[in-house]
This record gives sequence, structure tokens and C-alpha cells, in this order.
Amino acid sequence: MLANPRFPKLPYALMTLGVVCLLIGSYLGLFVAPPEHYMGEVQRIMYVHVPTAWNWMLAVLFTFGAAIAYLFTSDFKWDARVEAGLEVGALLGFLLCCQGAIWAKPTWGVWWDWDPRLTSTAVLLCSFAGILALRRFVDEPTKRAVLSSVATIIASVDLPIVYFSVRWWNSLHQMQSSPATVSSQFHLPLRLNAFGILFLMSGFIALRARIASQRLSSELAPPPQELVGELA
Amino acid sequence: MPMEPLAIDASHLARRYGRRWALSDVSFQLAPGKIMMVAGRNGSGKTTLLRILSTAIRADIGHATVGGHDIVKERDAIRRATALLAHQSYLYESLTARENLEIISGAPAASAALERVGLLDRANDAVSTFSAGMRKRLSFARVLLQKPSIAFLDEPFGQLDPEGFALVEEVIAELKRGGATVIVATHQVDRVGRFADAQLALENGRVA
Amino acid sequence: MIAALRKEFLLQWRTRAQAVAVFVFGATSLLLFSFAIGPNAAALRQHAAGFLWLGLLLSSTLTLSESFHAEMENRALEGLLLLPVSPRVLYYGKALANTVQLMLLGIALVPVMVVLYDAGTTRIPIVLLIIALGTAGISAPGTLYSAMTAQARAKQTLLPLLLFPLIVPVLLASVKATSLAILGDPMDQSSAWLALLVAFDGIYWSLCGLLFDRVVED
Repeated sequence: MLANPRFPKLPYALMTLGVVCLLIGSYLGLFVAPPEHYMGEVQRIMYVHVPTAWNWMLAVLFTFGAAIAYLFTSDFKWDARVEAGLEVGALLGFLLCCQGAIWAKPTWGVWWDWDPRLTSTAVLLCSFAGILALRRFVDEPTKRAVLSSVATIIASVDLPIVYFSVRWWNSLHQMQSSPATVSSQFHLPLRLNAFGILFLMSGFIALRARIASQRLSSELAPPPQELVGELA
Repeated sequence: MPMEPLAIDASHLARRYGRRWALSDVSFQLAPGKIMMVAGRNGSGKTTLLRILSTAIRADIGHATVGGHDIVKERDAIRRATALLAHQSYLYESLTARENLEIISGAPAASAALERVGLLDRANDAVSTFSAGMRKRLSFARVLLQKPSIAFLDEPFGQLDPEGFALVEEVIAELKRGGATVIVATHQVDRVGRFADAQLALENGRVA
Repeated sequence: MIAALRKEFLLQWRTRAQAVAVFVFGATSLLLFSFAIGPNAAALRQHAAGFLWLGLLLSSTLTLSESFHAEMENRALEGLLLLPVSPRVLYYGKALANTVQLMLLGIALVPVMVVLYDAGTTRIPIVLLIIALGTAGISAPGTLYSAMTAQARAKQTLLPLLLFPLIVPVLLASVKATSLAILGDPMDQSSAWLALLVAFDGIYWSLCGLLFDRVVED
């Protein structure tokens, strides 16, 4: 029931498409686009950072949605998607923090500058890591699914609150401003990379969800023969 | 002539714990006011069945009505009308016997229940000082206080001495006199078989 | 609801020796923080609010992880649910009891803070309000997570791991507001922080109450 996907090759197609877009977009961003006026070469990290940020938000929204879907339907396919979303979201969040640090060091001389967006990302990264740990420590599949869905919803609702509180906190200290937005001539590599990461991420999520489904199938025993027809 | 609603109407109940199906395809009916004995070896599914019918846990497959109420849609109604005597005592260790009972009812009813089970002299002692037999008696008092119309007793004779055995039989008789339906899961097949109106034997999660 | 609250306070009263131990833990952490900074009176005073709330937060993991211990011992929680008692009532009773417990701890730690960091203040009512709102913000999700981790392995580690990232806004707001009360608030910024605390409390006391029954029901 869970382990027979309709489009077996889909994740691989998505990932290939993603890598291709990323390669083209990165080539354009690194070698073809002119350096930015004020910040110079360092600004090129925006071609990866901004798309990663967009996709991270999408991953978090997806995981939040899957958690709500699980609580309403109690269908394990949503739990598999929550598991996948948590891992991919944590991965993207980690990448985002690394990229932020890489940008901050040459620009401001420090690895971390308490930028509200990056700080919220770090907080959510810790939350997702905690929920992944929770999943490891609950053995019963149904309990694990319910608890991690509830925890995901609580952590996701917190995201905007964390963002606003850090922003207020920063404004009192007059912190340096965050990486500026990109002007129009640089849109093409940005869009290509955004789609590249989107396809790659979707492929990862689909594949990971499939692995989670297969593991769930083996954890949950099939019903006794006579009752197979009773299960909806 | 209008039919009385069945006390229990269970069909194809099944429940799994991970890889293992503790119950697979249990169906039966029980008329109100009867005493039913559920017998079977350890691991045959007796506890799981009682827990599903008292709504402590959900069934993965199957339907049932208890006292005319659906176990999925009308859980609260069933909980109001039934009481479960489980393996665990449901007691708070650091509270006294009296305080544990007063969570359910007022002081006079609590005292009466304590007296009924022979614990009035230990009413103000913390449960942590109680022996296993005394905890069982206190759990019985809890059940009595809830005035259930259907009582689920899971191994009621466990941890009790011969005096305790007599108490259990008295309580079951009292419940039946009051019109309640009683389901008793037990190993004491001969003892309970003497007064049970109906019997259900379970083996490996199925009706034997 | 009254019976649930009564049970909570009885339970807490019976285990009051634990409360003293937790206070000692909190006071000791405040002491350790001062050693981490060194004998710099100005720095100590400036960071006093931060230390107070960090100490309170660390101590909260002790009280919160205990809060479902009694319920799980003999499956007492299931016994209550089967009476029936509404899970929402159970949640709010527990969360309220936890808030009161943490509030008392916070109030008890204030004199410790005053003495160790020379961080006195005349704005006592504001400080009490901040402690009330802040501990309520920690207790609401803390009680929910405590119920969750009580059903998992490695409970002691999981609770802080889940709770700490979540209450970052509460920590920020409480520390800022307390700091302003101690050091002075010429531009009246504390009302913004108090508003944030009220918003957080409002959102999480409702959300966690809604989700609690999924967490405890099988």
C-alpha cells in the first residue's frame, strides 16, 4: 500500500534536472555575471544563498503542511513526508547558516552577525534537529507520527515569532544590515539556481519519503488475511 | 417487543503493536446485566480487548458499540458509563488513599468506598506505603465510585489473598445486582466459571 | 477543573522537598555565571537579567521533566482520561501548576540576583509581571513537551533539546524587559517586550491546549 509509487523514476528525473539547472545557473553566476558594485566578488554567494533561502522556506511550509495533513488523516504517507521534510529542511537550514557565515566573515569580519533571518533559521534548525531526535526515541510508529507532527506544528508556528523578536532585539543594537537584495541584471542565474535547488530538493524529499514509507511498511505488520478487505 | 440495546456488540476487532497483531478478528455480543468471563493464556489478547472496549486504546480494524455507544465516535459517553480495573493501579503514589479517591468523588462517598474495600483505617496513608494487595483493593474502590453500568475487570484476583478473593466475588455480585454488566478477564477459570453467564475464550488474538 | 487543580497542588505540596533542591540548583547556577564573568561589577550588573533567566530556564528543565512523572508511574493519566476528564482540562491544570511553580522559583531567585550582581531595582511590580508572563511562556510548551517526552526514551535529554529553541522569543523578551527594569528604561521600550510576551503566551496557551489530546490519547 505504501511502497508502490506511481512514478518510480520521478525523484531521479527531478534530481537530474536540478543538477543541470544548478550547473548552468552557477556557471552564469560565477563567471558570466559582472561583480556587484559595492561588495565585489563576495556578493556572488547570493546566487546560491538566495535560492537556498527561498527553497528552505518552501521545505518548512511543506513539512508544516504534511504535519497538519497527518493529524487530520492519520495516513502514514503524510508521516513519511514529514520525516523527509524534516531532514531536507534541516539540511537546507544548515547550508543556509554556513552560507551566511561565509558571507559574513569577509564582509564584517565576524562569522555571525545576529541577522534576524539567519538567526531564525538557526533556531528552526535546532528545532528540526530536536524533532528528528524525538523520532529516533519513540519506537511505536503511530505514537512517533503523532508526536512529531505536533512538535513540527509548534516549531513552525514559532518561526515568525522568533524572526520578529530577533529583529526588534537587533534594532535596539543597531546591528549591521543583512545581505542586500539583488538588482535586476542578476535575475537569470538567480532564477535558474532557484529552480535547480527546487528540483533537487523535491527529488530528495520524494526519494526520502519513499524510503520512509518502505521502512514504515516493514514496521507495521500487514493485517490478518481475512480482514484485508476491511481496511479502507 | 422492542429489544434492549446490547451491552456489547463487537465485530472483527483487531489491534496491532508494531509487527504483532495482539487481536485479530474478535467478534461477540453480550446482553446487558450479564457477567462474561474472558479466558485465555498470557498474550492471548484479553487485556487488549478490555482496553479497546473501555476506550483506553483504539482498534485498528473493526467496530464495536458499548452500551449502545460507538467506541470511536462516542468515547466520552462510554467513559462516563464504564469503569476499567486495569493491570496498572491508576494511583498517585504520593497522595493518600482518600485523596486518590476524592479526585473522583466527594468525601462521604470516598469514605464509604474505602470502608467497602476494607481500607478505612489506612485512608490517610500515602499509597507508596501500600502493599500490592492494598493497591488492588484501592483500585476496586475507584471502580465502585464510578458507579459504572458496564465494568471491565482485568485480572481482578491478581495480588489478592483469600479474603481479597471473597471481596472480589462480593463486588461482582453487587455490581450485577445493581444491573451492571461485568466483563472479567481472568486465569481463575473455575472460580469465575461458577457464576459467569457467558464465556469467551481467546487464543492468539482470536476467539478460540 | 477544580479537582484537577487540587490534585496538582496536592502532588506539588507532597514533593515540596524537590522544590528546595531546584532552588539550590538555580542559585548555584547564578553563582557559576558570576564566576564565568569575573569580579567586574559593571559587567555583572549589566548581564544580571540574562543570568537570572538562564538560571530559571535551566531549572525549568528539572521541574518540567518531573511534572509527568507521577502521571506515568501507575498510568494515572490514563485513569483520569477514562473517568472521563477532558484532556484540555488536564493540560491547563498541569500548565498552570507548572507556571506557579516556576514563578515562585523566579521570585526566590531575584534576591539571589540582587545580592550576587548588585542588580537591585525599585520597579518590583514590573519584575513580578515579567516573571509571571515569562514563566507562563516557558510552561505552556514545556508542559506539552513534558507529556510527549514522558512517552519516549531518553526523556531527560529530549525535553531541553525540544524546548530551548522554541522559547527563544520568551528568553529574549524576558531578559530585555528585566534588564530595562534593573538598568533603567528612558525610552519605555519594555512595553513592546511585554506585548511580545503576551502574544507568545496567548498563541501557545491556546495551541498547546488544542494539541494536547492528540499527544496523550492512543
